[in-house]
Amino acid sequence: MWGGRKLSSCGNRFVGGLRSRCWGTRAEGARLSSSAENQFSWTPQTNPWVFSEYSMMWFKSYRITFACLSRMKIYRYPWTRLYGTSQTTVDSSEIKTFVALAHRWWDEQGVYAPLHSMNDLRVPFIRDNLLKTVAHHQPGKPLSGMKILDVGCGGGLLTEPLGRLGASVIGIDPVDENIKTAQHHKSFDPVLEKRIEYRACSLEEIVEETAETFDAVVASEVIEHVIDLETFIQCCYQVLKFGGSLFITTVNKTQLSYALGIVFSEQIAGIVPKGTHTWEKFVSPEKLESILESNGLSVHTVAGMLYNPFSGYWHWSENTSLNYAAHAVKSMRQEPPVPAGFVFTGKTEELHDKDSINPGVQEELKK
Amino acid sequence: MAARLAVSRWRAAPAAAGRGPLLSCRRWSGAKADTLYDVVVSGGGLVGTAMACALGHDIHFSDKKILLLEAGPKKVWEKLPETYSNRVSSISPGSATLLSSFGAWDHICNMRYRAFRRMQVWDACSEALIMFDKDNLDDMGYIVENDVIMRALTKQLEAVSDRVTVLYRSRAVGYTWPYPFTMADSSPWVHITLGDGSTLQTKLLIGADGHNSGVRQAAGIQNVSWSYDQSAVVATLHLSEATENNVAWQRFLPSGPIALLPLSDTLSSLVWSTSHEHAAELVGMDEEKFVDTVNSAFWSDANHTDLIDAAGSLLQSAVAFLKPTKVSARQMPPSVARVDAKSRVLFPLGLGHAAEYVRPRLALIGDAAHRVHPLAGQGVNMGFGDVSSLVRHLSAAAFNGKDLGSMSHLTGYETDRQRHNTALLAATDLLKRLYSTRAAPLVLLRTWGLQATNAVSPLKEQIIAFASK
Repeated sequence: MWGGRKLSSCGNRFVGGLRSRCWGTRAEGARLSSSAENQFSWTPQTNPWVFSEYSMMWFKSYRITFACLSRMKIYRYPWTRLYGTSQTTVDSSEIKTFVALAHRWWDEQGVYAPLHSMNDLRVPFIRDNLLKTVAHHQPGKPLSGMKILDVGCGGGLLTEPLGRLGASVIGIDPVDENIKTAQHHKSFDPVLEKRIEYRACSLEEIVEETAETFDAVVASEVIEHVIDLETFIQCCYQVLKFGGSLFITTVNKTQLSYALGIVFSEQIAGIVPKGTHTWEKFVSPEKLESILESNGLSVHTVAGMLYNPFSGYWHWSENTSLNYAAHAVKSMRQEPPVPAGFVFTGKTEELHDKDSINPGVQEELKK
Repeated sequence: MAARLAVSRWRAAPAAAGRGPLLSCRRWSGAKADTLYDVVVSGGGLVGTAMACALGHDIHFSDKKILLLEAGPKKVWEKLPETYSNRVSSISPGSATLLSSFGAWDHICNMRYRAFRRMQVWDACSEALIMFDKDNLDDMGYIVENDVIMRALTKQLEAVSDRVTVLYRSRAVGYTWPYPFTMADSSPWVHITLGDGSTLQTKLLIGADGHNSGVRQAAGIQNVSWSYDQSAVVATLHLSEATENNVAWQRFLPSGPIALLPLSDTLSSLVWSTSHEHAAELVGMDEEKFVDTVNSAFWSDANHTDLIDAAGSLLQSAVAFLKPTKVSARQMPPSVARVDAKSRVLFPLGLGHAAEYVRPRLALIGDAAHRVHPLAGQGVNMGFGDVSSLVRHLSAAAFNGKDLGSMSHLTGYETDRQRHNTALLAATDLLKRLYSTRAAPLVLLRTWGLQATNAVSPLKEQIIAFASK
């Protein structure tokens, strides 16, 4: 049916990419062209010549997409290789890829279905925690007046709901194609066009110009692709206003996450495209908390998230051994950055060495 | 490129061959200048107007744009007339809750309505009866004229005119549906073309345009339907003497059920479902004869047979033995003295159920999704139930910043309502067929069934609870 990406349909992927794509469209076609009038055949079931043309396009785009996805994995956050292949000029063969990728990001039953349904958890998580910081909010636009930065926004899956809730959002992603997809998707909605801005860049590039401007920074499903987590968190700290929130969702580094998150999800069931994740780069909540605390972000919440591949829905859980979400708030920063592993409780520390404090923080302290 | 050409070719072909009010599917976004609405409700009947009203009053829809399309002219509501209208609806407590959630119920209370506490349903072919009675002081339901409901809804709609726009005399003649996936340059919204040539776009189209729904047909949603070779005759009746009149009466004749619904101390509304010929006869005959026919339909025992009477009294004595306190004697409805002139109207009956209630960016509510026999008084209540459920899902989606046309919450609405509606539709159809016959075995079955159900109070309470939602 029209439900989320369910495990039953994943069996098709196991057999082969080409067939799974065709089976998917055929199932849809059967349901949608069942009426006697047949005025709207949603798939070219009626014309065999067209069908094979279509399937050729999918086959080619599927292979190209996979190549792109594995490139994305490597060059997601290339701190040392900032200007890597994400800056290639788009050539004509890439247009097809773009079309295929565009389809993939915003197809709610497609490859990114788990990310779409994760919005049911992460949007309320962000919204409710931000609403706690304001006395009253406008009905209909609860986040209006807030500036949010969505780091690693991809196709804009999380950026758009935040924009709809009234926030001004800037979405950044180092992959050009993703930004193009996101721009294209929001271009149809005049409300989102005004509220959302996309930029193809990395966080480091905009730290200088956007220091202390954001009420919230969202890094959802991003830090497991980052090479230098410490620098990333420091940049997040720098762009946040004092009292601003950092929201992170990521995967824990446990044996269970290897078994279920990599082996099962990627290799067996195909819930996540192959090669998306590297287990070594997963971050445990303890490590994340220590890095956050040592960089002046006090951790308010850490909550586990569980994905049910059969129903396609996510649930909150006590258990953080697979996926989890964290909420941290930029609080008083007194000490210069220290190596990870040395944990502060930032609030109670006294001021020491003014010279080594960031200019941004120094200004804050002067207020 | 070739694939895209092919795609546009096969889309054009079915559109050209398509029948009905269907324009060819335009894909370019030359219509970007069209107003983009968040929700368009097509059809301004009871259910469509309630939907627009409920969304307009919903707090999470404060900055959304809603449009209601109504094909008829704008009605100017003057003072409420003395005479009662002949089209009435039985409003369940659940529907009353919905109406009060956006303030329409207060207007209805200020106009006129009738609460009933008891309902007696009995057979023409036997003594069996079932009496629904609420022991506590709650009302079982309310009989309200359709015009009164519309007045209340329109008033509440005008109160949120900054959010909800109503276009009268607007009939949609063409719909353009979005592709299931984003293709470059294709608009993701639903495009609607109106009769005067103007176009508009919407993120979600709600079809509330009745059992011959144009929206449903344009979307190609399969509809299971059959006509009951029956018409319903409605009339406003004057009772012989003023009574408390808070009981709803329904008797199953072999030709179809006849119901008397209280309107005031001296007035009741008649709904008599019978064959087309008999219905035409009833509407045509002179008033005195009509009144006599109605009275004898309720009072006459001509259809009783000895066998069934004996069998019925056998079970009745068994029940009385087991539950000596509960005695349900058959009560007689008030007799009718006159019928309001020109209040006799007939309309055909049928059953209908859409195979799907939702598609991407499309939802069906009310009679567009399901059409039922009036014997259980559930038609508009099912529609109001759809409104309740859909508003709940859309409100949660809006508060989560979701795309309103997304299937993820629309399927939640569909599952919710299909479960409830399918059961009710099946039960109503079964009852209609069961009570349409004079064949002895079936009469025996239903006699005993009715008596047994009457004896089991928890079962009756379940039935009331299900119908009150």
